[in-house]
Amino acid sequence: MTKPITVALAGNPNSGKTTLFNALTGARQHVGNYPGVTVEKKEGLHVTPAGESINIVDLPGTYSLTAYSVEEVVARDYLVQERPDVVVNIVDASNLERNLYLTTQFLELGVPMVVALNMMDVAEDRGITIQASRLAELLGVPVVPIVARSNKGTAELMATALTQAGKDWNPLHISYGEDLDGVLFSMEKHIAEQGFLARLYPPRWLAVKYLENDSQIRERGAKESAAISADLDRWVQEATAHLQKTMETYPEAIIADHRYGYIKSLLRQEVITRKYDADRLYASDRIDKVLTNRFLGPLIMLAVLLGLYKFTFTYSELPVAWLEGFFGWLREVVGGLLPDGYLKSMLVSGIIDGVGGVLGFVPLIMFMFFGIAILEDSGYLARVAFMMDRIFRMFGLHGSSVMAYIVSGGIAGGCAVPGVMATRTLRSERERLATLLTVSFMNCGAKLPVLALLTGVFFANNQAQIMFLLTLLAWGVALLVAKLYRVTILRGESTPFVMELPPYRLPTFRGLLIHTWERTWQYVKKAGTVILAISILLWAMMTFPGLPASEQERIDALRQEVLTSYPAEVVQEATDEAVAAAELSPEAEELLANLDALDRQEAEKTLEYSAAGRAGRALEQVSWLAGFDWRTNIALVGGFAAKEVVVSTLGTAYSLGEVDPEATQSLAQTLAEDPNWNPVMAFALIVFVMFYAPCFVTVVCIARESGSWKWGFFAMGFNTVFAFGFAVVVYQIGMALGLGG
Amino acid sequence: MPRIMMRQMKRGQTGVITAVKVGGELGRRVRDMGLVPGTQITVQGRAPLYDPVALRVMDGTLTLRNNEADHIEVEVSEAREGRQS
Repeated sequence: MTKPITVALAGNPNSGKTTLFNALTGARQHVGNYPGVTVEKKEGLHVTPAGESINIVDLPGTYSLTAYSVEEVVARDYLVQERPDVVVNIVDASNLERNLYLTTQFLELGVPMVVALNMMDVAEDRGITIQASRLAELLGVPVVPIVARSNKGTAELMATALTQAGKDWNPLHISYGEDLDGVLFSMEKHIAEQGFLARLYPPRWLAVKYLENDSQIRERGAKESAAISADLDRWVQEATAHLQKTMETYPEAIIADHRYGYIKSLLRQEVITRKYDADRLYASDRIDKVLTNRFLGPLIMLAVLLGLYKFTFTYSELPVAWLEGFFGWLREVVGGLLPDGYLKSMLVSGIIDGVGGVLGFVPLIMFMFFGIAILEDSGYLARVAFMMDRIFRMFGLHGSSVMAYIVSGGIAGGCAVPGVMATRTLRSERERLATLLTVSFMNCGAKLPVLALLTGVFFANNQAQIMFLLTLLAWGVALLVAKLYRVTILRGESTPFVMELPPYRLPTFRGLLIHTWERTWQYVKKAGTVILAISILLWAMMTFPGLPASEQERIDALRQEVLTSYPAEVVQEATDEAVAAAELSPEAEELLANLDALDRQEAEKTLEYSAAGRAGRALEQVSWLAGFDWRTNIALVGGFAAKEVVVSTLGTAYSLGEVDPEATQSLAQTLAEDPNWNPVMAFALIVFVMFYAPCFVTVVCIARESGSWKWGFFAMGFNTVFAFGFAVVVYQIGMALGLGG
Repeated sequence: MPRIMMRQMKRGQTGVITAVKVGGELGRRVRDMGLVPGTQITVQGRAPLYDPVALRVMDGTLTLRNNEADHIEVEVSEAREGRQS
């Protein structure tokens, strides 16, 4: 069998690339990373009607092939190094001119290509007619009109792509005007003669990149041959000086102008006809008049975010209850089947409770992600960035930071891991660092179970409002800390904001489902592996080494003492299972209560003497300032691994502390009845969980994204100290005001 | 026909870019997004805090900050102030 053909999908953001990728590959997708960077690499398999399998690579969406962002560098490195058999360049037919800018750069690179003219339906609605055959003729590559949303034309697109696959690279030469064409010719000749980087780039393309002052290419060139690179630099300097003197401009500006000039000249040749004035307001613009209106806009934005909460919390209630019921039932069944002992204890308290505690929140997270997917796919999130930029700038950030914050849980329920990665779209090192060091303050999906549990128990009457308040608190803290960083350790200038507001689109159900599924699955995968392992580890920590012999003897003696202090018939009555609780004599009841208290004491002592208990006790020396007891401390230490572990650990800690392992009393009830817990302590704990050290996965990402472990450790240390200070203030003031109840 | 900086343009006003007086990263980004001399733009609106500005460029909508619009010189045909639909 021959190697399957590889097709690279490339195009502008918002051109429908993801929709096409989903349409072509269906569920046969694989998400990974490009080597060395954390830009997502999506690959999938497409099977043609003839049964041929095609490997499809979804390149990151870019506007250009400069080195402006990591995405652009990744896209072009993939093209020149991996050499896909053919590129399918997807362009938005309703915004053709701007989209062809990237197309032109692919042509200049010379890669075999097919243009997919997407959103023909939208263009038609706007009164734009495009002669695809004429465009193909002028571009010199096939052009296939498609509507990716409804899968129209995709079969023809793939058939056409196969005809182009494996063709020779054939770079297009555009004239960049008399000022540059001369010097370009000399540079190109020199590069070709020396065979400079010939295995990767066409000579003229390389010369153009030098003129564009492309940092990545120049670095690569200097590494290949410092001498040739210096020769090229001399030409570039000469041309730059000349342009500065005569026209007050830069070579890269002239190059961009000529590219657009080339595109305009193509479109003028009977490619595009418009029924209406180009200035006509589209439906999208009319929606924007309301949604980004000075007064209505922010109000609607607030309402949308609040609505997302209501949606998530209200509609997920039922499935959450089902799952809780299921795990309660499972606990009972497993508990009934197995004899008492370590195996039963591990299964019930380690595995079922741990996994159940986390999976029980899956419906909530799914609903949340579904809501976010609607906002993202409809184009509304970009408006949020647009409206928020002025505010973000005040904190030394970028409007695009909003994406990272939102993905991390700015709309509660995200994850700081993709959030940290989303900061890659930020160009300025300082804004990026300030963002990626503070995104973990947001209420990610893993903190949600903790917050939902605590607010559910202690603030049940206005849970939705409190959760909303907590989101505002997260934003406030993240922004203020970012500002603090930007005026101290990360001082400096701000970077360009220029960004697209994509037209509003009705999200497709399929797209929403894939989106929701991908993210929920990520969460479940984490819950299923890391969490399970940690749950068992913690169970072991909480079970071993067990009570010291002297302690065990003491409790046994006490138990014996209680039993002998009552007459034999009372003991007989109390231990006789045939006698119902209501019919017991007062003496028998008293005896049972005494024995109960002893059992509780024994269980509690066992945990206290365990490895985890000793650590928790040691930390109690400090943590009492915020009202945390040793059980809470154990849970918080577990939370370093992943925040949702706080819930499962609390569950394990409390069920082990109980007398009867068969009792399926939920953790919520346990906390509500525990005298150590009160609303003030719960709130202090909420604050601590929100702001203390990010989970280790996030810490690893921070270290990798910032390029230094220094920042990973910094986030761990700073956040923990900060969170503890905050929690202490909350607890001390709350208790002084007598709010502890 | 007067030439003004983009920041001074009113909502609904249309003009043609005559110069982009900035290099480096900002210049590159501005050009990548289609803001080059000869391109017609219309100010579509501003964010609630008057910044950034939203522009109709070609067939799409772009946003940029006022201090970035300061580098872009525009030739305006007429002052169609506050045109509302």
